[in-house]
Amino acid sequence: MRREGSALHGFGVVTLKEIADHFSSILVVVLVVLVTATAIVVVSLGLAPIKETTAEDPFLFLLLFTRSSPLTLPLLLSAFLVPLLAIGLGFDAVSGEHNRRTLSRILSQPIYRDALLFGKFAAGLFTLTVTFIVLWLLVIGLGLWGLGIPPNAEEMARALILLLITIVYGAFWFALALLFSIVFRSAAAAVLVSLGVWLFVTFLWPSFAPYIANAVSGSGDILGLLETQQAFARLSPVVLYNEIVAIVLDPSVRSTQQSMLAGLGLALIERGSIPGAPIPLLQSVLIVWPQIVGLVAGSILLFVIAYIVFQRQEVRA
Amino acid sequence: MNVIEATNLTKRYNGVAVVNGISFSVAQGEIFGLLGPNGAGKTTTILMLLGLSEISDGQARVLGHDPVREPLAVKRRVGYLPDQVGFYDKLTAAENLRYTARLMGLERGEREQKIRSALGHVGLADVTEERVATFSRGMRQRLGLAEILIKQAEIAILDEPTSGLDPQATLELLNIIRDLKDHGVSVLLSSHLLDRVQSVCDRVALFARGNIALIGTVPELGRQVLGGGFRVEVEAEGPGLAERLAAVPGVQQVEPAGRGRWRLTSDHDVRPEAAAAVVGVGGRLLRLSVEEPSLEAIYTGYFKTHEGERHAA
Repeated sequence: MRREGSALHGFGVVTLKEIADHFSSILVVVLVVLVTATAIVVVSLGLAPIKETTAEDPFLFLLLFTRSSPLTLPLLLSAFLVPLLAIGLGFDAVSGEHNRRTLSRILSQPIYRDALLFGKFAAGLFTLTVTFIVLWLLVIGLGLWGLGIPPNAEEMARALILLLITIVYGAFWFALALLFSIVFRSAAAAVLVSLGVWLFVTFLWPSFAPYIANAVSGSGDILGLLETQQAFARLSPVVLYNEIVAIVLDPSVRSTQQSMLAGLGLALIERGSIPGAPIPLLQSVLIVWPQIVGLVAGSILLFVIAYIVFQRQEVRA
Repeated sequence: MNVIEATNLTKRYNGVAVVNGISFSVAQGEIFGLLGPNGAGKTTTILMLLGLSEISDGQARVLGHDPVREPLAVKRRVGYLPDQVGFYDKLTAAENLRYTARLMGLERGEREQKIRSALGHVGLADVTEERVATFSRGMRQRLGLAEILIKQAEIAILDEPTSGLDPQATLELLNIIRDLKDHGVSVLLSSHLLDRVQSVCDRVALFARGNIALIGTVPELGRQVLGGGFRVEVEAEGPGLAERLAAVPGVQQVEPAGRGRWRLTSDHDVRPEAAAAVVGVGGRLLRLSVEEPSLEAIYTGYFKTHEGERHAA
């Protein structure tokens, strides 16, 4: 059965209205300020040690993202700032319309439900993107000012990939929050479940995954066991994001096993390779291509589920 | 010409029929009332007509369109005021209307002019730039009607438009609804408050448990359910009045209702004949009034009989 008219009629109107709502919402403004301020503080704290120790590193600028202590910026983004902001933007996107009793009135206008949901998603994505671009520019600016050297083209390209991946990662969390805002009529329930999922995949799953892997994997091969553990851990978007970032921001890392083992204080020596020699950007991206695809696919999958649930949902309260 | 045509319309949730094969039609320019208790299936029927809820069985035609296949064509020409309509509290009245006007696809100049005239029409001209958060229930309902005016809808579907309103606000709202009719808009409204809507509806359908129990004009239903449709009250002084009144053609019953007062039950309005009868015997006519059958009486009358049947069965 073909529907008459465009599914996207009204999409632009909804998107603009939602963006205006985001930027006039006190909650969103507070979150954006919090995220930006935290990131700036973390990067600033990392400036001094970089200046002292590693003046000869060819990728000095990237250390801005990887070498600050006690937390690196990507770790902070993945575990805390991005999920918080995305959930804050999305948790009452649809349930709010239900509770304000505006949903049936809006849907009785000559638009399809698609336009409303796509518009809300686009507006959330736009707000996340703007925030991350601002954040990214501030960090780059801080690096220029603090380190006193400009980044080279490859460093800029790698930093740009970090930005893109962060936006995709934000889309994942926003799609999750959007889904829960459709499933649950109460905003409080949507927030609690979103936060629950966030805590679970961020803190609990990475520590559970090895136990599950041990139980599943029969082989006594240490490397095989580690790979199984890694495969299970990758079900968490946080792990995927961190793996991508670790490879893309550090040209000397040649495989995800290497970065994992390095995390355990071990070194993986591959035959025929010179340890520590940087690899080209394209190679780095190719190593984590499956993770990137996985993250994008996860975001799309969540949005599709949200879309289906929303289409089938009854309008009445 | 009928603007709404429902044939055997059915809605099932998990196999349970909430609306069970109802058929009715709304003619061009009439006010049609869907009346019945909460949960009788009125809102579900409305949502199906608007294409906002899927139809399990049967067919609906709104202005000649099928709301399932051509929802946009229906929604372009039909205005809807949901039960307890909501607006974005942080936005002003004009901003709320601007958003929906843009969803309707109105151009900027046309939009502003229509918003201003619609708000004036429903009496909200001086709160145009105030946030909806400060609005009372009645003002929100009127804002919802303003939205229908902006749309220049040919049919206005109003779900419980008067529920929760004080008498003054109800009166104002009913006047706006009558006004819609005067402008050629067909109105379908639902309500559980029978008396309030009786005054505006041309025809009504009484809902009970997903079925339409009765359909027709209020006097028609009165005759159908209460037997004699009219009750005329006579207050007069004079000899042998009771017998004279009983002899008036059309009068079925004369009941004394206190000193010098009688209540006549008749099949038509017998006021002129009753007056002539009183004057004819040289009596003094003090008061003469007709009590139209109230929906309330029809409704309770109908369910008294049918509940009895159900229990007996």
